[in-house]
Amino acid sequence: MIEIRRHNAAFCRDCFAHHVREQIRRAIDAFEMFTPQDRILVAVSGGKDSLALWDVLLDLGYDAGGLYLGLGIGGYSERSGELVRAFAAERGADLVEVDLADEFGFDIPTAGRKGSRSTCSVCGLSKRYVFNRAALEHGYDVVATGHNLDDEAATLLGNTLRWQTDYIARQFPVLPSEDGLLKKVKPLYRLSELETAAYVFLRGIDYVVEECPLVTGNTQLRYKQAMNTLEAASPGTKTQFFLGFLERGAPMFARRDHIELHPCERCGQPTTGRFCAFCRARAQVLGERLEDGAGPCTDREIAASVSEEVLPAEIYGRALEGHP
Amino acid sequence: MKVHLRNPDREFEVIGDRKVHDVLVELDIDPDTVLVIRDRELLTREDRVGEQDLLEIRPVISGGAGCPS
Repeated sequence: MIEIRRHNAAFCRDCFAHHVREQIRRAIDAFEMFTPQDRILVAVSGGKDSLALWDVLLDLGYDAGGLYLGLGIGGYSERSGELVRAFAAERGADLVEVDLADEFGFDIPTAGRKGSRSTCSVCGLSKRYVFNRAALEHGYDVVATGHNLDDEAATLLGNTLRWQTDYIARQFPVLPSEDGLLKKVKPLYRLSELETAAYVFLRGIDYVVEECPLVTGNTQLRYKQAMNTLEAASPGTKTQFFLGFLERGAPMFARRDHIELHPCERCGQPTTGRFCAFCRARAQVLGERLEDGAGPCTDREIAASVSEEVLPAEIYGRALEGHP
Repeated sequence: MKVHLRNPDREFEVIGDRKVHDVLVELDIDPDTVLVIRDRELLTREDRVGEQDLLEIRPVISGGAGCPS
């Protein structure tokens, strides 16, 4: 039996698998995330959420391939890659692999030491950049990520505590495609981490149990712990907070302005400026100049330029006006 | 009874012959944040564990907004 307190319910193994698939199906339908005709690229890390998502989408009959990004985080990345390859081989699913160091000349530990961004920030930036670029290059229609209810509730809590209304406006389970940005979806937003972990365990899917060694002290983890304290006292709080936001809060934050995107002068990916955030961060880590003349050239100037950037539209996409 | 707690890996000896819930309370662990595993089976907080059992307690919290696991 698996107990889910926020549903005040306990499930047997088969009913639990049905429950998980049903929650994902409801999410896909509610936001028209994709159709059986779409090619979906699932961003897979080797962790429980992305493997659960990939497994369910394949079971539901979707054309879902995986993308694994090698981050160069020692044994953690090696183990993650092995598990993702094993899953893809077992399921006969397509897998795209990109190695950050081979493709772009740096790994995440190096970027964390040399760049002006935190390790988690540059890691997230690199993932979002590579997901969009690789999906376009390989002919996919949609990028799907394994963000779950806990991720989304914790992010909303953090954004609300700081009243970061631009961020709140973009916090949707679906971001539409436009101007070189592929559609991005989060089909696990109705499922907790406990549910995805139990699902992969019961399905016998081998996943990376250990946490990323670089994530210690992550602000997001503190918000998750705060949400878990509230949830323990009042089961259902996370669901009410995030699903209530989607239903009643989000329309109040929907953006009405239009942001112009242009191709990055270095890589061609969409950006609001001359160079995209990824190319600027990469240049800083590698000690390169993006241009001669007017642009930032010293480490301090580059760091200032990058750190002033605020969650650019080219990375997170735009808010879905008037949705839901 | 031996308890293997993950992330980071630690081992504890606790008293057995009681409910999983009581073990988690003693270790100050929120039951909604972990899987409790015995012999490759998931346990609920109402299941009883014996003195000779080996429990794995596996946290489910991971990553952050930028790094879905």
